[in-house]
Amino acid sequence: MADELLIRNGVVYDPINGVKGEKKDICIRDGKVVDSVTNPKVIDAEGRVVMPGGVDIHAHIAGGKVNAGRIMRPEDERKGVEPKTKVCRAQSGYSVPNTFATGYRYARMGYTFVMEAAMPPLAARHTHEEMIDIPILDNAALPLIDNNWMTMEYVKSGDMDLLAAYMAWIIKATKGFGVKIVNPGGTEAWAWGKNCDLNDSVPYFDVTPAEIIKGLAVANEKFDMPHSIHVHTNMLGHPGNFEVTKDTYDLVKGVKASKDRQVIHTTHTQFHSYGGTNWGNFESKADAIADYINQNDHATIDIGSVILGDTTTMTADGPMEYSLYQITGRKWTNHDVELETGSGITPFLYSGKVSVHTIQWAIGQELALLVKDPWKVALTTDHPNAGPFIGYPIIISHLMSKKRRDESAEDMHKAIFDRAALPSIDREYDLNEIAIITRGMTAKALGLHEHGKGHLGVGADADVAIYDMSPEERDAGKIQKAFLNTKYTIKAGEIVVKDGEVVATPPGRTIFVTPECDDKLTDEMMVTLKDKFAKYYSVTLNNYPVQDAYLPNPYEIKAPWRS
Amino acid sequence: MEGMNVNLISGRTTVQGQNLDSKLTEKYFGEVARCDMNGSDMEKLGVAKDDNVKVTTAYGAVVVKAKQDDGNPEGLIFIPMGPWCNAVVSGDTHGAGMPSFKGIDAEIEKTEEEVLQVKELMRTYMG
Amino acid sequence: MVEITDVVCSLCGCVCDDIVLEVENNKVVKVKRGACSVGKSKLLGHERIKSPMIRENGELKECSYDEAIKKSAEILYKSRRPLLYGWSSTVCEADKVGVELTEDLGAVMDNTASVCHGPSVLAIQDVGLPSCTLGEVKNRADLVIYWGANPAQAHANHMKRYSYVSKGYWTAEGKKGKKLVVVDVRKTMTAKMADVFVQVEQGQDYPVFSALRAILQGHEDVVPDKVGGVPKEQLLELANMVKEAKFVMTFFGMGVTHTGARHNNIVNAIQFTRAAHLHTKASIMPLRGHYNVAGINQVCTWETGFPFAIEMARGYAWYNPGELSATDLLYRGDCDAAMIIASDPGAHFPGESLKHLAKIPVIQIDPYANPTTEFADVVIPVAVSGIEAEGNVYRMDNIPIRLRKILDTDYLPDEEILERILTEVRALREKEGE
Repeated sequence: MADELLIRNGVVYDPINGVKGEKKDICIRDGKVVDSVTNPKVIDAEGRVVMPGGVDIHAHIAGGKVNAGRIMRPEDERKGVEPKTKVCRAQSGYSVPNTFATGYRYARMGYTFVMEAAMPPLAARHTHEEMIDIPILDNAALPLIDNNWMTMEYVKSGDMDLLAAYMAWIIKATKGFGVKIVNPGGTEAWAWGKNCDLNDSVPYFDVTPAEIIKGLAVANEKFDMPHSIHVHTNMLGHPGNFEVTKDTYDLVKGVKASKDRQVIHTTHTQFHSYGGTNWGNFESKADAIADYINQNDHATIDIGSVILGDTTTMTADGPMEYSLYQITGRKWTNHDVELETGSGITPFLYSGKVSVHTIQWAIGQELALLVKDPWKVALTTDHPNAGPFIGYPIIISHLMSKKRRDESAEDMHKAIFDRAALPSIDREYDLNEIAIITRGMTAKALGLHEHGKGHLGVGADADVAIYDMSPEERDAGKIQKAFLNTKYTIKAGEIVVKDGEVVATPPGRTIFVTPECDDKLTDEMMVTLKDKFAKYYSVTLNNYPVQDAYLPNPYEIKAPWRS
Repeated sequence: MEGMNVNLISGRTTVQGQNLDSKLTEKYFGEVARCDMNGSDMEKLGVAKDDNVKVTTAYGAVVVKAKQDDGNPEGLIFIPMGPWCNAVVSGDTHGAGMPSFKGIDAEIEKTEEEVLQVKELMRTYMG
Repeated sequence: MVEITDVVCSLCGCVCDDIVLEVENNKVVKVKRGACSVGKSKLLGHERIKSPMIRENGELKECSYDEAIKKSAEILYKSRRPLLYGWSSTVCEADKVGVELTEDLGAVMDNTASVCHGPSVLAIQDVGLPSCTLGEVKNRADLVIYWGANPAQAHANHMKRYSYVSKGYWTAEGKKGKKLVVVDVRKTMTAKMADVFVQVEQGQDYPVFSALRAILQGHEDVVPDKVGGVPKEQLLELANMVKEAKFVMTFFGMGVTHTGARHNNIVNAIQFTRAAHLHTKASIMPLRGHYNVAGINQVCTWETGFPFAIEMARGYAWYNPGELSATDLLYRGDCDAAMIIASDPGAHFPGESLKHLAKIPVIQIDPYANPTTEFADVVIPVAVSGIEAEGNVYRMDNIPIRLRKILDTDYLPDEEILERILTEVRALREKEGE
């Protein structure tokens, strides 16, 4: 007998299919949304809000630096302990939860897909090992390809086809999803203790970050890649960096996307929307970034909104973490990765009593409120950098309630009134817009809507969140509570959360992309790559690619060659 | 001469490593049930290579074979990590989780007592 | 005869992965390239435990896998506070089952980092760890410091593959373009290769690190003429070498984790690296011993939140090194059964701690007989990971590498043994209707 489920009497928000709060039944059979069912188990949603499972476009949930953050911070692990239950493993951690807690807590918020935002290729096996241990969630990971010697050499020589061949090879070798760029050139420079601005020359490589970004955008669009380049722009966290961010968008304006989507996604844009010249005159430039996004159609952003309190920052932007540690004097871990990338980790406390943090807090929300088209903006906290993912409901409640924002601003540093725009913005998000920035837009920007994610049309994955609230709810506190723990979360047709408790923990799938490159080009590229392994890597080429054993539940997306 | 006070440390050696998976062999015994010390210390003790010496600490005593290694400064003796050295190491970590495997106050003296084989040594912990 | 390339060595934390073997009739007959003498010894094999065994009337008697697994499950199930110890010489896949078993039993779990680089972990929790992969060292380092470590004997390929002797992008001339500094209490084989040998008085590493930090931070005036047996001139020389180098790499070993100030030594070593970073690029890395001791720390952390010394009696992980470290637990007599896997406390724990191991039921899971076997009531022989079983391991720089299966065997892998013990434990609980 088929496994059937019927969700009745829900008010459905399914923006990809244009459904904006309609009373509508959802029929499910064998893990997929279908037209009709014959003998289903019935869930009566009783007028509650129903959305597709959440799709997180950018979070650090698995891999070397996440775990280095856990090892370094037993004080954070102790914060989140919860005993095992009949179905759940033991949980630990707040800003860097253990793998089990990561799966459970996302599922309780109604999320069913998370993109691990930074996978060092040489340590890709580690990312996959942890993703195996994250229950419930479907996942994927973006390999870091920008501070890579092969990439920089091809960018310098201008061999875009060979660059594309290498890009294809490394995404396949790491079982990755797309192209991640983090402080291009800057992390290589950091291996010598230096950093790079957008048009600086990378030491010894004679290329600029601008050239790397442009080159990778061109290479990415040579394939039908589901996602665009995913960029953490240069100069993260520096006062005045909004110009760099805008210049970065301009770099790829002329590049034509191979599919109907953006050509560049810039991530945690809050950290890249800063004005001023120092911490004293630091101010929000979210308006300038939002204006650019409003006037152009080739770029999307996620906000990287700040959650006040203590967190663990971690990024492949090694020099940035060093600067942060220099400011705080707290513990600092760094891990440079040969020929490819690096990373840094340091704890950080965002305080509403500090002017800079207050302005940062405002900027993330300003971006969401000032970008007019919600299909261009995604909700993130760059977990755990601007705050842990468990804070998403707080941001949702602020975006939906001007009153809530005003109340919060009252308690914060006065700088929010003269160096940020937030208090002057009246816009409030509705539930349809919330559904866009947490599932519709993110699934589309990742190209996953074509693979069943982020919507509830017939054939979609039966990933559904039922929130314990009516669409009329205006109380920000109640909204926040509802988005923290669903009434039901359904993953691939199975009830995984009921009344805020995890009731089943099926394994998630790992989605990976196979860019299909011409053999002749690949062979030519391999000559150079083999030389790199023979001379400079500390592992052999044959031991490098991620073996199939690391993806027990794989889902492949093929990306054919376009030009 | 009678016993002398020394500082005892332990550590890895190549042959010890080669026999990690064959600790019940003569080769391991020959490598690990021994004590390296400076030539002048050996002279003071009146021992030659492969003479038996008894090392005593507050936590136990063990008999091993003497060997000269002038890389050790006077007053510092080295027993390769393993059962013989551990016979005289304290189990108390002072709450730090790590025993003091190095820097142990010890007395060393020449002895006619035999070096225990590994199984005999383990048996001393039983009953 | 078949030649097999890219074999990964499962001996020490170097995890060399370019080994070439000759295999004939399901036996390694020759190690052609890549392995050091220690790794070679492992690859060529040693005498194995022939059969599972259970101790009866003081003697180990051969039995079937089923019987040994059943007996193990009974011991663990009956125990009020079992200690599950070892985990470093096996693969992550087995370690994961180990964590699940620990959780199921509410047991104490500890790994060999406890008697190795446990203090380094504590130090990282204090100040973090500025580090890098071994390939970074190979390509960039022009000043290599080994402190309290003797890689020439303990990690014999380390200098050749990754550091002082290796050739990389900016280090094409190998050791000609580099400087080697060795800091130790005795003149080891490694010290004999050094450009500068700094002989520190035993137990005095901490003040020597402090003096170097002071000099690097511009306070050489506060440094006395001699620190920990090291003349001030030599400290100034070393600090100068650090300042002038482009990339400084410090590796440290048990010479600093095993002595006096323990984790405080490592905090100071890391602080020295942070101070060096004011002048140049500097990184630091513990020289991990077992091939997958880094891996059990990784697995235990992503699954429980903590790297070692945990207890699951509360239903969640309780972390307290010094209380729950295996040597402490045994020394205090605070566990009533022990399962020892992929390690040998019989050889490597203080005698004072072994006295308790002799009193309680002990399960040993290992390919080889060793001193721990003397205490074991159940002995379960297993396949040798990296030769007869595959799986993931983490190199000392936390780079994950997959061990290969080279030979066929009838021995079961660790992972399967543990899964079967877990299944039996659950069956016992179900039977008693808990």
